[in-house]
Amino acid sequence: MTAATSAPAVPTYRQPTRRWAEAGLFLGAFLVGAAAYIQVDLAILGHLASDTVPVLSAVAALLLVAHLGVRILARYSDVILVPAVATLNILGLAMIHRLDLAEIQRAQRNGGEVPSPDVYSQLTWTALGVVLCVTVLVVVRDHRTLQRYTYTAMFVGLVLLLLPLAPFIGAKVNGAILWVRFAGLSFQPSELAKILLTIFFAGYLTVTRNSLALVRTKVMGLEFPRGRDLGPLLVAWFVSLAVLVFERDLGTSLLFFGLFVSLLYIATQRRSWLVLGAVLFISGAVLAYLAFGHVRLRVDVWLHPFADEADTSYQIAQSLYGFASGGMFGSGLGQGFPQLVPYAKSDFIIAAFGEELGLIGLMAMLVLYGVVVERGLRTAVACRDVFGTLLAAGLSISLGLQVFVVVGGVSRLVPLTGLTTPFLAQGGSSLVANWIAVGLLIRISDTARRPDQSGVGLEDAPTQVVAR
Amino acid sequence: MIRSVRRLAVVLSLLLVAMLANLTYLQYFSAAEVRAKPGNSRVLLEEYSRQRGPILLGSTAIASSIPTADQLKFLRQYTSGPLYAPATGFYSVVYGATGIERTENSVLSGSDDRFFVDRVQQLFANRGVKGGAVRLTLDPAAQKAAYDGLAGRTGAVVAIDPRTGAILAMVSSPSFDPNLLSSHDPATIRKTYDAYSADPAQPLLNRPIAMTLPPGSTFKLVTAAAALESGRYTATTIVPGPASLPLPTSTKVLNNWSGAACGPGGKTTFENALAISCNTAFASIGLDLGADALLAQAEKFGFNDSFDIPLRAATSRFPTDLDRPQTAMAAIGQFDVTATALQMAMVGAGIGNNGQVMSPYLVAQTLSPELEVLKNAEPTSYSQAMSPANAATLLGMMVTVVEQGTGSNGRIPGYTVGGKTGTAQTAPGQPPHAWFVGVAPANRPGGASVAVAVVLQNGGGATEISGNKLAAPIAKTVMEAVLKP
Repeated sequence: MTAATSAPAVPTYRQPTRRWAEAGLFLGAFLVGAAAYIQVDLAILGHLASDTVPVLSAVAALLLVAHLGVRILARYSDVILVPAVATLNILGLAMIHRLDLAEIQRAQRNGGEVPSPDVYSQLTWTALGVVLCVTVLVVVRDHRTLQRYTYTAMFVGLVLLLLPLAPFIGAKVNGAILWVRFAGLSFQPSELAKILLTIFFAGYLTVTRNSLALVRTKVMGLEFPRGRDLGPLLVAWFVSLAVLVFERDLGTSLLFFGLFVSLLYIATQRRSWLVLGAVLFISGAVLAYLAFGHVRLRVDVWLHPFADEADTSYQIAQSLYGFASGGMFGSGLGQGFPQLVPYAKSDFIIAAFGEELGLIGLMAMLVLYGVVVERGLRTAVACRDVFGTLLAAGLSISLGLQVFVVVGGVSRLVPLTGLTTPFLAQGGSSLVANWIAVGLLIRISDTARRPDQSGVGLEDAPTQVVAR
Repeated sequence: MIRSVRRLAVVLSLLLVAMLANLTYLQYFSAAEVRAKPGNSRVLLEEYSRQRGPILLGSTAIASSIPTADQLKFLRQYTSGPLYAPATGFYSVVYGATGIERTENSVLSGSDDRFFVDRVQQLFANRGVKGGAVRLTLDPAAQKAAYDGLAGRTGAVVAIDPRTGAILAMVSSPSFDPNLLSSHDPATIRKTYDAYSADPAQPLLNRPIAMTLPPGSTFKLVTAAAALESGRYTATTIVPGPASLPLPTSTKVLNNWSGAACGPGGKTTFENALAISCNTAFASIGLDLGADALLAQAEKFGFNDSFDIPLRAATSRFPTDLDRPQTAMAAIGQFDVTATALQMAMVGAGIGNNGQVMSPYLVAQTLSPELEVLKNAEPTSYSQAMSPANAATLLGMMVTVVEQGTGSNGRIPGYTVGGKTGTAQTAPGQPPHAWFVGVAPANRPGGASVAVAVVLQNGGGATEISGNKLAAPIAKTVMEAVLKP
C-alpha cells in the first residue's frame, strides 16, 4: 500500500493518538512516585539518601523508555494503562526503599551486618520488566499471531506451573512450593505460566467456543454442556487441585481456576459455566479444607486472627495491627512501623501502605488497580477479534482477581493465600510477568483502536473474527 | 461476548467495593479496637518514640526519660526508685505501666488532647514530640523518713495534709525497683518481675493503698467520733470498763489487753478509756451506739468507698448486718473491719481538720512539655465526718493518748501531738499488726498540718508487738519531717 493509493479526495479522518496526554500522565506518575520516595527519605533520615537521585533518575529513564516504546510501537494504544501501572510500580519501589531504611537502622542499632537494599534488585527487575514490555511490542506486531502458539503456550505453561515440583530445582518457601532455583537465581514460574495459560485459554476457546456454547443438554431446567465438552473445564480443575495439593499454592490454584471459568463464560456467554465452575470451586474448596492441614490452618487463622498471635496467626495479626494503626489518614510515609509485619516488602506490602498512607491512600491505590483492570476490559470490548477479546479480558481479569485475593487476604476479607501484589510487591518474576501482560494489553489495545488498514494481518486472522 | 465481559466487569467492581468496604471497616470502624489489642506493639513504640514527661517532686524529677540508641528511643529512669515506687509505679514494655505512669499516661506520653496545639507546633518545628510533666504532692523529707523508718520491715505509711487531702508520704516496705522493670530488655524485665512475684514479702504489693488489714484499736477513733456525734458522750462521761465483758447473746467474753479493769470499780472516763485503749469500754460504747451508728460514722470517714488518688485505693470495710457480739468486736476494730493505711490516715486527718475529711490526692499539678501549668489540684471535701467542736474534743483526747496514755512514743518536743495506737489481732497463731495514727500539731485552730498512719504487718517481724513500740516512732519521724522543714 502506498500513500498514493490510499489518498482519496476527501480528507482522511486521522484518529487521535493522544500520546501527549500519556506523556503528561507519565510525568504525573513520576511526580507522585518521586514525592513518595523523597518523603520516605525526609521522614526517616531527615535528608535525601545518597542513592535517591540515581534511583529516581533511573526511574525517569525507564518511564521515558516505556513512553517512547509505546509511542513508536503502539501509537493507538490506551494512554492510561502504562502510566497507571508505572505509578504503582514506583510506589512499590518507594515502600521497599522505606523498609530497606528500617532494616538498615535496625542493623545499625543492634550492631549487626547492614543489609544491602532490596530496592536495587527491584529496580533492576522493573527495568527488565519495562524492556520486556517494549520487547513484546517489538516482537508481537499483531496479537493474533499468538493464537498459532495456543498449544505450545499450554505445554510451556503447564510445565512452568509444575516446574517447582521437579527435583533439584524446586524450592519450598514458607510452606508453598512455588519457586524454582537455578544457577543462583530463583524464579516463581507460576507468574509467567499465568500469561501463557491465558494465551492458551484464549486460543482454545476461540476455536471451541461454538461447540461449547451451542451443544447443550438440559438438566434440571438449566442447559448444560455435553459431557465431552466438559473435558477442558475438568482438566483445569484438576490442574488447579494439583497445584494446590502438590505445591500447596492456594492463591495460584484459585486464580487459575477463576480465570478459566471467567473466560469460558465470556467465550460461550452461558451462565451454566459459572454455575458449574462455582460448584466445582466449592466442592474443591471443601475437599481441600477437609483433606489438607495447611488449608484448614489458613481458614482457622482467617476466622480467628488473634487466637494464636504468637505463632500461626502472627502474620495476619501484625498485618491487621498495621491497617488499624494507619486508620483513616495513615501515619505518613516513613512514620509508621510497617517493618513489624513479616514479609512487609512482598506478601504484606498492602498492609505497609495501609499503615502509612491510611485508608485514603490505600483506596486511591485500589482504585488505580481498578482503572488498570477497567482499561484492560475496555480493550477486550473494543477488540475486533475473539482471540484478542479473550486474551485482553483474561489478562485483566487475572490481574483483578489477583489483587482481590491478595488485598482481601491481608485485610482478612478472605483467607490469606500466597499471591504477590501486582507491580507493588518485591519479587522479580511477578514484576516481569505483569509488565509482559501490560505489553500484550497495549498491543491488543493498539490493534483494536488502530484505524482500519485493510489487508493488514487479515490473512492471519481466523475466520471466527466476524462472529461476535 | 461484549455483554459477558461487561457482566464480569460488574463482578470485578463488586469485588473492588467489597475490598474498600472491608478496609473501611478495618481502618475506620474497628481500628481503635484492633489497635488497642495487647499484641499491637505499635502503641508502645509510638509512646517510646516520644520523650515521656517527667514525674516531679517540687522541681526534682523522680522519673524521667533519657534518649537511647535502641529501637525504643527513650529509657525511663527513676531516681530513688524503691522509695517512690508506690506512687510512680513502673513503665514496662512487657507488663505495661502502673501507678502514676499508668493513671497520668495521657499527660506523660503527650497524647492528652490538651497537647494538640503543642503537637502541631512541634510537628512544624520538626522537634520531637514531648510529653507533659506531672508534679506530685509527696514531701521528700516525709517520704524518706517513712521509708527509713520501715526499713527492713513489712508495712506501710501514709501521711496526709489534713487541710487539703494532699498525700505527703506514701511508702511501702519492702518495695521494688521500677528501673529494673522499665528497662528495654524484656528478658531482664521478665526475670525481675518473676522474682518479685515469687517473693513471699510481696514487694510489688502497693501496701499503703492496696493492703487492707484489721485496724484494731486505731478504729476506736471512729467509735469515739460516733459516740461524741451521738451527743450522749463527752470526754468526761463515765463509761463501763470492766476487766472482761460478756458479749450479749453469746457465750464469748471480751477481755482487756492487760487483763485488768480500766478503772476503779470497773468504770472510767471516756477520755481515759481512749488513753489506755480500753477494749471493754469501747465494746460497751459500740453496743450502746449500735451497728448502724458505727457504720454511718465509718462511712463518713471513707469506709466502704474506693478512692482514685488517682491510683485506685482498695476499699476499707466496715461490715453491714452485724449482730450484737459482732458489733462489740467491730467497735474495737476487730471482726471483719479492715482498713488501708490511707483510710486510717484519713480518719486522723478528718479529726485534725475540724471534722472535715478531704479527698486524698497525689497529683499536685499537671504541666505542659514547656512546664506551663495545665491544671492545679483542687482540694475537695469528702465529708464533714463530725462537728468541729466534737473534732476538737476528740483531738484533745488523742493528745491525752500521746501525753499520758499508750501513745507515748509519738511525742515530738515542742509540738502538741495527738495519736492512737493499735495492735490488731489477726488469725490465731499469727502475730498482730502494729498500728499508729498520729495528728500534729494538735493545737492549731486552722487544722493540723499532718496526719499519718503507720502499719507494720504482723508486727513487721518484731517479737514484742505493740503499736506504741513499733509504729509510733515511725509516725513521729514522719510528722517531724513535715513540721520541721
